[in-house]
Parts: sequence; C-alpha cells; structure tokens
Amino acid sequence: MRSREANVAVVGAGPAGIAAASAAGESGLAVLVLDDNPAAGGQIWRGGIPEPWRERFHAEVIANTRVVGAIEPGVLLAESAEDALTVRYRKLILAPGARERLLPFPGWTLPNVMAAGGLQALVKGGLPIEDKRVVLAGTGPLLLAVGMHLLKRGARVYRGGRIEAAEGIGQVQAAILRRGHRLWREPCDYLAVSFGLVANTELPLLLGSVEVDEWQQTAVPGVYYAGHTGGVGLALAEGEIAGYASAGRLADARRRFDGRRRARWFQTAVEWLFRGELPCKPCPDTIVCRCEDVSFGALSKYKSWRSAKLETRCGMGPCQGRICGPAVEHLLGWKSESVRPPVFPARVETLAAIHWKDS
Amino acid sequence: MPVQIQIRVNGRTVRVPPGTTVAAAVMRTGESAFRRSVTGEPRGPLCGMGICFECRVTLDGVPHTRSCQTLCVGGMEVQTDAQP
Repeated sequence: MRSREANVAVVGAGPAGIAAASAAGESGLAVLVLDDNPAAGGQIWRGGIPEPWRERFHAEVIANTRVVGAIEPGVLLAESAEDALTVRYRKLILAPGARERLLPFPGWTLPNVMAAGGLQALVKGGLPIEDKRVVLAGTGPLLLAVGMHLLKRGARVYRGGRIEAAEGIGQVQAAILRRGHRLWREPCDYLAVSFGLVANTELPLLLGSVEVDEWQQTAVPGVYYAGHTGGVGLALAEGEIAGYASAGRLADARRRFDGRRRARWFQTAVEWLFRGELPCKPCPDTIVCRCEDVSFGALSKYKSWRSAKLETRCGMGPCQGRICGPAVEHLLGWKSESVRPPVFPARVETLAAIHWKDS
Repeated sequence: MPVQIQIRVNGRTVRVPPGTTVAAAVMRTGESAFRRSVTGEPRGPLCGMGICFECRVTLDGVPHTRSCQTLCVGGMEVQTDAQP
C-alpha cells in the first residue's frame, strides 16, 4: 500500500478538476489529482488538455486510480490495478463529473448498443469507425457532438426517429425507430443512444454534500464540489472557484463569480432547448439492471427501491446502481438511497487498509 | 507508420497503435461479447468511461478488468466471454 500527502487533493481530472488544481496550485501548494482514467482530461478533453489549461496545469496526476472512500476524515482510500493508495489532505476538491443517463428499451443489452459518449470514447480509444453504420437516438446536445465526431471519422451516421427497440443475434443488427405512426427497421453496426447526463454524486454524498455554498464548499468544511452536468464552461468556472477558495484566495475566487453566473445562464438555455419528455418504453421482459439481469416486470412488483433490492438484487452489482438507478427513478419514481463505501468495487487488500489503520 | 503494440485477444495476435484501449483492441478483432451476464447474455462496452462494468475481460489472468479504462501494453493477454 502506498501513502501520499497533499495540501489539496482533487478527485477527477476533467475540466473542473483541472481548473481546480490549476487555481489551487498557483500559490505553490502541493496539489495531487486522482483520476480513474488512463490520462488526465476527463471525457471532454480525452484528446488532450487545451490551452490555456495545459499551460496553467502543473499538478501531479495519479491516473488509473479510483477513489473508493475515506479511511477517516482527511484521508482518502483509492486503488489502482496494482495496489491501494491512501491520500492525506488538508483540503479536498471533488470533481467526479457526470455520466450518461441510459434508459432501457427492448434489446438495449445487445453488444454494440452503447451510450453515445461511450461510442465516442471507444473511437477516440482506437475503435475504427470508418464506413460503419451508426444509428444515433435519444436526445440532448451530446448526440449532436458525437454525430459530428463520428461523421468526421468517416462513419455513416443515421439520425431520425424515436428508438423503440434494438434487434440482432449476438449483437445489434438493426434499430427499430418510430416517427409518428411510421415504424421502421434501420440496419446498423452500432446503435448509440443518449438521454442526457446524470451527475456522479457518490463521492460528494459520502464525503461532503451535493449542496455547495458560493465558494463551492460542501456542508463539510474544507471539502469542495465542482462541475457535473452543466457543461464545460460551468465546470471550469466552478473548478477555479473551488481551487482558489481551497487555497484561501477568496478575492481570486470571487473574480470568477461572474463567469460562473454566465455559464449557468448558458446551461439553462441549453437545457431549455433540449427539454422534452424522455422516450422510454421497456417491455416487462426488458432488463433494467444489467449487472444482475433484473427485468422491468420483476421490478414493477415492488413498491420501493429497498424492497426491490432485497428481493431482486437490482442495483447491487458491480456498477452499484450507476446505470439502473437513474432508469429506475425515471420509470418507477424511486430515488436511490444513501451512498455507502466503497463507492466502487474494491479488492480485499484495499479495504484491509482500513483495518491496518485501526490496529 | 508509428510503432504498433502487439497484444493477444483470445489467442489471436492484434496490432494496435499506442493509446488504444483494450476495449477498442478487442472490438478490432470483431469480438463484441466481452463477458456473459448472470443469465448468460453476451455483453459489450456501454458507457466507455469505467462506470457500467459491462466491458470486463480477463486481462493477464486477472478477471473483471474494465477494458475501456485500460490502455494496451505490448504482450498483454486478453480473454473475453467469461462466464459470471
């Protein structure tokens, strides 16, 4: 097990985390950034960190390392493929970002049915997409961005119609789409869907709170939360404010308040543009929880998350409800319960670090 | 032509450019069933960002490795389609 110390620990190296680490590090504090991905940049800057941030960002990044919880207040517990890591910090900035909301429809568990951003990430990670037929379905600004990216890479992108089902043997072969009364079968190699974003609130809920004050500080003093579903501009503004505030540079933080206000306004406008009902039509045998293969019909028999969980294991697999949670909330109105550590599946050796500390 | 990295997927050699994720390398072989679900369904990458755990493979003998969050390193041995 490795142990590290930092004045400011930042979890997440996406735009918010990078802005936070850049601001916090300006006055020479030791800043340590932890990120689950192989490289800094998050989902938005997967191809590399743009200027001026590349110039401003000097913090040490520990990549391929996911935070699973805290050993005690002020000490994070994380693990990589190789070992466990503890990080003792004075200030903590949580920038865990967002994930895509995925809603179940018949056939959505077939291989090559993916989240739109997921397909884009795979393409950026080396998946050849030239001349492949991609059907895009769902809603939100991300679909447009992904569509543009795939077109540039030579994919044959089809967009139009509401997704009813995915069909195929072994993997997706066609999307069943609907427009008004017209229902048709669109052959494809990949079906990429997007239904908006959901914030990764597990760590803020566990170590601070989702609610923040004007300095991006959570209900726990010294623990900040920045960025989530509000777009890059807002993530950068919140990150910088959190970074300066964590370093005690409140005047510098305050100078970013205007930028944050403008970014929030812009985000409200974007959300208004893409408002509307989310399409979601599972059949009784459509799987909702992909980790435990729990169908919509099985879940519908219960009255709450708790009873459904106890009887079906819905939300109790490796993703810990990250995928089915927002879907269940949308379909059945159940809000997921409180978060418990470890927030990601962890090895026994990693969890043993808690024991070593106690003994 | 940049230097290619060589890994093996289900015993087959695959050459990929540096920076390729294991998930992308597996898909380059035409394989789409990365794992079997608890009821035996084939599953493949979904979120592409380490959240959903659908792209798990056995990597150098270590099961349940998220292939989308792992970069290819020369000599890696990847096994897909593991039973739960």
